[in-house]
Amino acid sequence: MSHHRVEARNLHFSYPDGQAAIQDISFTILHGEAVGIIGANGAGKSTLLMLLMGILFPDSGEIIVGDTRLTPKTLPMIRERLGMVFQDPDDQLFMTTVRDDVAFGPRNYHLDEQEVASRVREALAQVGILHLRDRAPFKLSGGEKRAAAIATVLSMKPDILIMDEPTSSLDPKSRRMVMELLKSFEHTKIITSHDLDMVLETCQRFLVIKEGSVAADGPAGEILKNPQLLHSCGLEMPLSLQKCPICGDQTKNFKSG
Amino acid sequence: MKDSLRDIRLLDDLARRQNPINKLHPLVKLLTTIIYLAVVVSFGRYEISALLPLIFYPVVVFALAELAPGRILRRIAWVMPLVIGIGIFNPVFDHQTVTIMNSTISKGWLSFISLVIKCVLTVAAGILLVATTGMEKLGAAMRIIGVPKIMVLQLLLTYRYILLLGDELARMLRAYSLRAPGHRGIKLAAWGSFAGSLLLRSFDRAQRVYAAMCLRGFKGDYNTGDDAKVGVRDLQFLIGWVAFFLITRSYNLPFLLGSFLTGVIGQ
Repeated sequence: MSHHRVEARNLHFSYPDGQAAIQDISFTILHGEAVGIIGANGAGKSTLLMLLMGILFPDSGEIIVGDTRLTPKTLPMIRERLGMVFQDPDDQLFMTTVRDDVAFGPRNYHLDEQEVASRVREALAQVGILHLRDRAPFKLSGGEKRAAAIATVLSMKPDILIMDEPTSSLDPKSRRMVMELLKSFEHTKIITSHDLDMVLETCQRFLVIKEGSVAADGPAGEILKNPQLLHSCGLEMPLSLQKCPICGDQTKNFKSG
Repeated sequence: MKDSLRDIRLLDDLARRQNPINKLHPLVKLLTTIIYLAVVVSFGRYEISALLPLIFYPVVVFALAELAPGRILRRIAWVMPLVIGIGIFNPVFDHQTVTIMNSTISKGWLSFISLVIKCVLTVAAGILLVATTGMEKLGAAMRIIGVPKIMVLQLLLTYRYILLLGDELARMLRAYSLRAPGHRGIKLAAWGSFAGSLLLRSFDRAQRVYAAMCLRGFKGDYNTGDDAKVGVRDLQFLIGWVAFFLITRSYNLPFLLGSFLTGVIGQ
């Protein structure tokens, strides 16, 4: 069985104040799939990611990565396979240089310094910011910070990439850069976002979350062309699939002009 | 607030530069500083002249590390009010006098001046250590000399969290000042909710940062990847300075130099 497979079985999770954030969620993500998890604010997307990464543990249900069940004991091994990029890159960049931040993960797994240096170089080159390796993270622009945050995860060579709102608060050029980057990765990808156009470009499968449950699970084209479903889940069709705002032609849209 | 954050980050910037002092092994700089601090504070409360040669250490490090004096002196100036507050009553309570070069001076004033000199020297040595080494490497050096992991970790995380706390505070102050035109500072009535909110927000932020660290395999050891061995130059630095500190502690060098010069001139 592939160790790139992620399975959630009947997950339930409530916060200590009693708020039920996740209610009976089940899904399986296979090797090489790119899955977009979408939903309104407070639907439970980020909580779901935290459960997948073992930052939170479910009240009931289980998460299986490859053949391994996620438990406190198996956490280090599973975290080596899953790489998560946080919504706010400032949460992820805490060392004094970009190079040290990218090296942080490999060093924690006690790789020798030569291997660490080679991984750092490779990860930074992959996201196109090798020239920024000696800069302090807080001095980078929003797009550069996002690229650095992605590099911190790539340097650990994960099998599965998990990204929470990877294009939030980015200008159009940086957003495009991150999207191209995501498309270039051959990893299994799990991406949460409100930026449906970005998810449409980068993911083939969508999971729609509504009030902590899976409201729909299917191919991107099928889900994003269902305005009733999207509306009932507090979402809108992506701009690239909407009618042309100037002539109203259904065959033309923002993307085709 | 922004200036304070910039000042903290400046120490990280300084530690990344390449110069003879920054290149020394962190362990050597840490040991030299610890011995220096011990020697400085070991002088008696009325000893001033014997203490003066110890100023050479920060001055030499300062010059070799190519630091801008203004920035470091400003940081030393921050602690001066505290030291002056502690020592200012010495002249009031200590009325004993001593005669130096035919003039009578209160011992209270001597102890006050000695306290100020000790403060300047120790704070300068501490700042120079951080500015030429960086907190992460300093943490690694502390682990080498056997400081418990939990203490080193607390120090390093506190250093990082100060920046997070400062970031949150700067944002909240900005939001407050935009909605409170003409107010200077924060109104007393708003302080409770302001401080509470700041604490909760920084807890949240700190938890997110800690989660990001754990997801990348963090288990409590800050690994800097710097496994360089102590070299000949490092040992020369350590032995040279420790010898100087011990000579300064054993002999009153200004007095000896004065006696020698007056003796030579007298002949």
